[in-house]
Amino acid sequence: MLPFTTLTGIAAPLLRANVDTDLIIPKQFLTTLVRSGLGRHLFHELRYDPAGRELPGFLLNREQYRKATLLLAGPNFGCGSSREHAPWALLDFGIRCILAPSFADIFFNNCFANGILPVVLPAEAIAQLATVQGPLTVDLPAQTVRADGLTLTFQIEPARKAALLEGMDEIKRTEASLADIEAYETRRRVEAPWLAIGGR
Amino acid sequence: MSPRTLYGKIWDEHLVATRADGTSLIYIDRHLVHEVTSPQAFEGLVLAGRALRQPGNILSVADHNVPTMDREKGIADETCRLQVEALEANVKTHGVPYIPLLDDRQGIVHVVGPEQGFTLPGTTVVCGDSHTSTHGAFGALAFGIGTSEVEHVMATQTLPQRPSKNLRVRFEGALPPGTGAKDLALRLIGQIGTAGGTGCVIEYTGPAVRALSMEGRMTLCNMSIEGGARAGLIAPDDTTFAYVEGRPLAPKEALWDAAVAHWRTLASDPVAAFDQEVVVDLRDLAPQVTWGTSPQWVTDITGRVPDPAQARNAEERDAILRALDYMGLEPGTPMEAIDIQAVFIGSCTNGRIEDLREAAGVARGRKVAQGVRALVVPGSGLVKRQAEAEGLDRIFLEAGFEWRQPGCSMCLGMNEDRLEAGVRCASTSNRNFEGRQGRGSRTHLVNPAMAAAAAVAGHFTDVRRLEIH
Repeated sequence: MLPFTTLTGIAAPLLRANVDTDLIIPKQFLTTLVRSGLGRHLFHELRYDPAGRELPGFLLNREQYRKATLLLAGPNFGCGSSREHAPWALLDFGIRCILAPSFADIFFNNCFANGILPVVLPAEAIAQLATVQGPLTVDLPAQTVRADGLTLTFQIEPARKAALLEGMDEIKRTEASLADIEAYETRRRVEAPWLAIGGR
Repeated sequence: MSPRTLYGKIWDEHLVATRADGTSLIYIDRHLVHEVTSPQAFEGLVLAGRALRQPGNILSVADHNVPTMDREKGIADETCRLQVEALEANVKTHGVPYIPLLDDRQGIVHVVGPEQGFTLPGTTVVCGDSHTSTHGAFGALAFGIGTSEVEHVMATQTLPQRPSKNLRVRFEGALPPGTGAKDLALRLIGQIGTAGGTGCVIEYTGPAVRALSMEGRMTLCNMSIEGGARAGLIAPDDTTFAYVEGRPLAPKEALWDAAVAHWRTLASDPVAAFDQEVVVDLRDLAPQVTWGTSPQWVTDITGRVPDPAQARNAEERDAILRALDYMGLEPGTPMEAIDIQAVFIGSCTNGRIEDLREAAGVARGRKVAQGVRALVVPGSGLVKRQAEAEGLDRIFLEAGFEWRQPGCSMCLGMNEDRLEAGVRCASTSNRNFEGRQGRGSRTHLVNPAMAAAAAVAGHFTDVRRLEIH
């Protein structure tokens, strides 16, 4: 996983509520066998007309946001489908941090698995950040967002923070508990033998 | 031991280790795998030189992008075909149980798992699919995960987790005639909103839930995610055990008896504390129809398209305006006056035998209205076979519905079953998001009988007024 420490960049404001993962990356791009290359399809139906031409009004087609590395979002961002293609598409576009009043649970987890930092801030703070001209700086060690003389602090679970800072391989970390897993499996075979598939 | 909820009991039974940072490792008993969210997980394992810890605890099947017509001829779309072939190659390499595309047992993972007895009460069930919440109908802790987590489960048979909040939903009263599990789900989501269950595991309680069949319970739990909750639970009871008993992968004989004795202990203790409680009064429940682009935007069939001017604030007004614009609807329009051009009966929400029986009851002796294209897609090959044994396929075909092969189909349109822009669909699926059934498509979520009623009327209509055969 990519580590995350601090990030300074342009934040694109997409403040509508309940942006679902179908909107972030629609179905026709889910047949991919790899994680990369989805950035050009990010927000496909908002971003392109049916003929595939850019829609000039859409946020990410505006010159100042083409290189955005942060996204300011509305409440319940990433709801719906569990598709990890959504954070893959954001990451491939260049987004490393999403700031929103709230996130949907599965999407929130999927962000951490890909080195994307989801920052929860009150809606008023998000609205305030959306008015900032120029870059924002997100400082994970200090748990702050700074812009234009403004400094906001955010909360993050210590385990999540540590994993992001380190770019931790979660599977490797779990493998350190192998003895516990083996002990659990041995115990369960005795305590709940019916879990053996089709057992009698 | 202090009183515990059903969720608390399953959590405790699956706790492998509590780590220094406060996260817990939870053991995963059952893992469902399909073609769309697994290739990168298999690839990741291979690249890291890791083996699958318990390949036998997986059940895999292709469902999302399989054709629902002329399947015997293969998959025409190349990217879809390659993805199904990748799954077939991966399961072969890694020794994972797989149900082939032309097997009668093939179908939507969330229909197949329960049907095969793979899903059991008191287990933990995951799948790279948000509608894994379906399996909570059995009193299993079942939730959708991303592909990185799919890889994590394959490698370790565990997931790092944080405890969710316990949310009890109490449905008060019985289901009124003409309504079903889908209406329970939609009414609840309308009440709490699409983020109302975020961070929670829902336990559904009340006499209406107890009275539901397993099919109905699966419909209700399926849509937990549409209310923001990763998982929904219903305590197992005799209805559950009667459904599971004798299924191919369920325990048999002495193990069955031992299992049932344990499963009876899983219900929430009477004084267990819930973090939140929601009460839904069913007295005035009518068939539900969504009007917007989020499942929370729902009303009674006797209702009207809302007026944005009556929104609580500017943000809500703008959101409703955008939804009405996308849906091509005028404020104040009676729901029954909205014409439809397409009907989809199927999906992991409403693609089971009971759903097809309800729809067929309306379709029998009637004709699909002119200009309406209506698809019936059974949730699995076994559902299809059962429906055909009951003559339901004849009823649908004679009425002018298309009778298809099983899969996810038009719920998300990964295969060729997609809607054209501007086409309005009465759908028994779970999501009415923008573009969900095809770019520019307009989805209204309804129960199966309501979908069939819309098909024959050509517009939404109150199924309670129709004679059911």
